[in-house]
Amino acid sequence: MTRDGVQRLLLPLGVALLLVGVWQWWVTAYDIPAFLVPSPLVVAQTLVKDWSLLGAALAVTLKVTFLALICSVLLGVAIAFAFVQSKWIETAFFPYAVLLQVTPIVAIAPLIIIWVQSPTASLVICATLVALFPIIANTTLGLRSVNRGLQSLFKMNRATRWQTLVRLRIPSALPYFFGGLRISSGLALIGAVVAEFVVGTGGTGTGLAYQILQAGYQLNIPRMFAALVLITLTGVVLFALMGALSKWALGSWHESETTVS
Amino acid sequence: MNSEASAVAVQSAEKTYANGTRALLPVSLNVQQGEFVTLLGPSGCGKSTLLNMVAGLLAPSAGRISVWGESPNALSHAKQRMSFVFQEATLMPWARVAANVRLPLDLQGVNRPEADQRVIDALKLVGLEKFSDAYPRELSGGMQMRASIARSLVTDPSLLLMDEPFGALDEITRNRLDDELLTLWRSKGLTVIFVTHSIHEAVYLSSRVVVMAARPGRVVEEVMIEPTIPRDDAFRVSTEFAGYAKRLQDSLLRASVSVDEALA
Repeated sequence: MTRDGVQRLLLPLGVALLLVGVWQWWVTAYDIPAFLVPSPLVVAQTLVKDWSLLGAALAVTLKVTFLALICSVLLGVAIAFAFVQSKWIETAFFPYAVLLQVTPIVAIAPLIIIWVQSPTASLVICATLVALFPIIANTTLGLRSVNRGLQSLFKMNRATRWQTLVRLRIPSALPYFFGGLRISSGLALIGAVVAEFVVGTGGTGTGLAYQILQAGYQLNIPRMFAALVLITLTGVVLFALMGALSKWALGSWHESETTVS
Repeated sequence: MNSEASAVAVQSAEKTYANGTRALLPVSLNVQQGEFVTLLGPSGCGKSTLLNMVAGLLAPSAGRISVWGESPNALSHAKQRMSFVFQEATLMPWARVAANVRLPLDLQGVNRPEADQRVIDALKLVGLEKFSDAYPRELSGGMQMRASIARSLVTDPSLLLMDEPFGALDEITRNRLDDELLTLWRSKGLTVIFVTHSIHEAVYLSSRVVVMAARPGRVVEEVMIEPTIPRDDAFRVSTEFAGYAKRLQDSLLRASVSVDEALA
């Protein structure tokens, strides 16, 4: 790993250690009861002790998040392709894409739960609705952001619509798409958690949000914290994963992923 | 001049945009096979418009343009021997140099072994054979332009349309590329239409300079440059060169003065 890479890993880790240390010291020094603020040590112990419960919940939340992310990528890219095929389609439908973005998911989640039988499906639909818009907006922008000169070159060489799409539009759109994907990955997780808060006990397999709710009812604050830590870590790992994916796809050529030597 | 024998025949072609802007008053111009014609003028004189119309990228509002007797857009695939070099290198940043140069062949469906051989040949012509695996961002501006020229030569065109190709380069690189272009022009028997706003570049390269003026865009005068003069460093500092440069400069000045008087 380069010196730069080591720094990028060590510095945030140092901040985390410092914060956890201060937290531990504060809780111990002022004798804060665990049902108000549990110490990091207690949270870690709970994480290990309740792992069978929390691990299963994490798997459920992860499943919903990834399914939602996959759905929003497929749907979002398909919608973006439709938008760039015709200005008419975009003009007619773009306002509804915005509508999707501005409607709070908590407001429509109860409806979706009534309409859709399977709880997993309704969770995935909710999370997809939250994560969809950045993919649509970014991919559409990307597919339109094609260098004019290259467009002329393709035209002069009598490129077919298909050749232009595959060889020019899609590669041009990739950096924009990956930008959207990073935002959407976080939103998919948020959508999965928020939707489960609304679905409540409706599900059979229960996710992390349900564990937080239950732990709250039982005033099991350490378990609440443990679930919260898992959600946060999932978000960080997801973001890093999307970053790595973007670097793998664009690293050799795009400015955003290349380091100045 | 017999317009049917010309490589490019422009007959009273003009361009008026939808908002009423007259980009180019009617122009007639015949370019013979093997000529090096430069369109020289200030920005807004319609030189790029004219070049784009010859390329078939823009349709004239009136008049006719033919390339080897056919409309630029109707040139059949097999006869597609016209290449365009843009102001910028316009390379695909995600593709290596070799893939960039191969693009016109890929689009035309040339089989891979033949295409690869032609790419190697084209890269050799511009001295980039060692950089075929590099990405465009790893090349200097001059090398990117060389790759762009290699891409335009890979289809073995007989007509090369160049829109201020070296405008963004420093003078030393530009002079060297001018020399390389002349060598290619001679060795391949190319017909070149070259757009520039540099008087010196126009004198150095051309067998004929078409002087253009702006507001509205139009052709002012055509100046022949004696083709027997060897184009080398000695020519750049010769009195003949200075004479031609002065003549072109006067022509450009007169044109802009007459517009100012007309406006006054």
